[in-house]
Amino acid sequence: MDTDLMLRVYPFFLQAAGTTILLSVLTALLGLACGTLGAAARLSRFALARFLGAAYVSFFRGTPALIQLFILYFGGPQIGIQLDAFEAGVIGLGINAGAYMTETIRGAIISIDKGQREAARTLGLSRWQAMYKIILPQAARLMVRPLGVNLNMLIKATALVAAISVVELTYTAQRYIGSTYKPFEMFLLAGILYMIIIYATGRAVAWLDRKVQIV
Amino acid sequence: MGLDFSVIPGYIDIVLLGCLWTIAITVAAALLSFFGGIFFAVIALYAPAIIRLPFRLFEWVFMGTPLLLQLFLIYFGLVQIGVDLPAFVAGVIGLGLHFAVYNSELIQTAILSVDKGQMEAARTVGLSRGQALRKVVVPQAVRAVIPPIGNNMIALLKDSALVSVIGVSELTLSAQRAIGATYRPFEFYILAAAFYYVINLCMEWVQRRIERRIALSR
Repeated sequence: MDTDLMLRVYPFFLQAAGTTILLSVLTALLGLACGTLGAAARLSRFALARFLGAAYVSFFRGTPALIQLFILYFGGPQIGIQLDAFEAGVIGLGINAGAYMTETIRGAIISIDKGQREAARTLGLSRWQAMYKIILPQAARLMVRPLGVNLNMLIKATALVAAISVVELTYTAQRYIGSTYKPFEMFLLAGILYMIIIYATGRAVAWLDRKVQIV
Repeated sequence: MGLDFSVIPGYIDIVLLGCLWTIAITVAAALLSFFGGIFFAVIALYAPAIIRLPFRLFEWVFMGTPLLLQLFLIYFGLVQIGVDLPAFVAGVIGLGLHFAVYNSELIQTAILSVDKGQMEAARTVGLSRGQALRKVVVPQAVRAVIPPIGNNMIALLKDSALVSVIGVSELTLSAQRAIGATYRPFEFYILAAAFYYVINLCMEWVQRRIERRIALSR
């Protein structure tokens, strides 16, 4: 193993890891926003909103994220959407992650006992109040762990933006594999950084999950 | 520049051929990940510590890093150690191993949840430990995890798009070839997405049928 080489190039990997983290954070925030909207649409009393929500989930979960990214980045200019690679990465991955999070959030909401809503409505709360004050606070506790799984997948999915030349961890590893012919060393550098990011995120999610449990 | 879907018919044969390669790579990698997953699960649970511990490390690394990075390692790494595999084979190995690790996690849990009495009874009637595992415990465990394994296979189909990056002429790369000739990215990526979506629907249909059969045979 060529440790000299690894020591020489690791600062570039650290910098790239910074980009991967930034990409993950922005994607997660956008994903959460899309997921919340998606879940609201899927649980709406309006059939059109339900249909749109279901179509959103079905398309984005039914086709590869890489293709979605390519449609946005390479196909976007044809329909008037000009984005640089980083923006396209965040928006493409965020909308994709949102489709998975829609199902997570919806699953948590519908698993709250029906009686909760009925009781809240009986006491005179409006539909919105019942959702906001009674159901969501309970559902939020159930969401933390599955959203953590979504987050784990999302961090690994940020590697896809290497294919549209965003200089993050996988792209950096690929470039150095190409120039040094040391695939194992470069995999090790990038792999360790990914595992640190994923491990730290996992611990943070576990902490949050403990924090929100009532008992 | 606008959209013009009339360019598609001229290149539909390239894209359809790519579609066949996507199906081929998905089926090959799915088989590898299924049997690999069973094999890995048995190693993770029953192998002696000297094999089991390095194996756990391997599992941990494969679950903690992106598939795309693993594909680069396998494709370029094999070349470095002098094994010059065609991209298709490298792609099948990469996808297959990646999902074998995920399947193995499912199968391990399932093996542990098979009633202990099954192993004891099998041993009592004279089967060796290996036979008892192979003929009694593992088949029951695998049957229990067919639905979640089906979900992994559908994820595998979508991730098969990644092998375009190491140069396998599957659906994604075929679309890129057509785009190279026509400069019409939007049209051809949408077309590719539509094909993936249809294959995906077919897999979901098969999955539902298999699940129903399993439910009936219980």
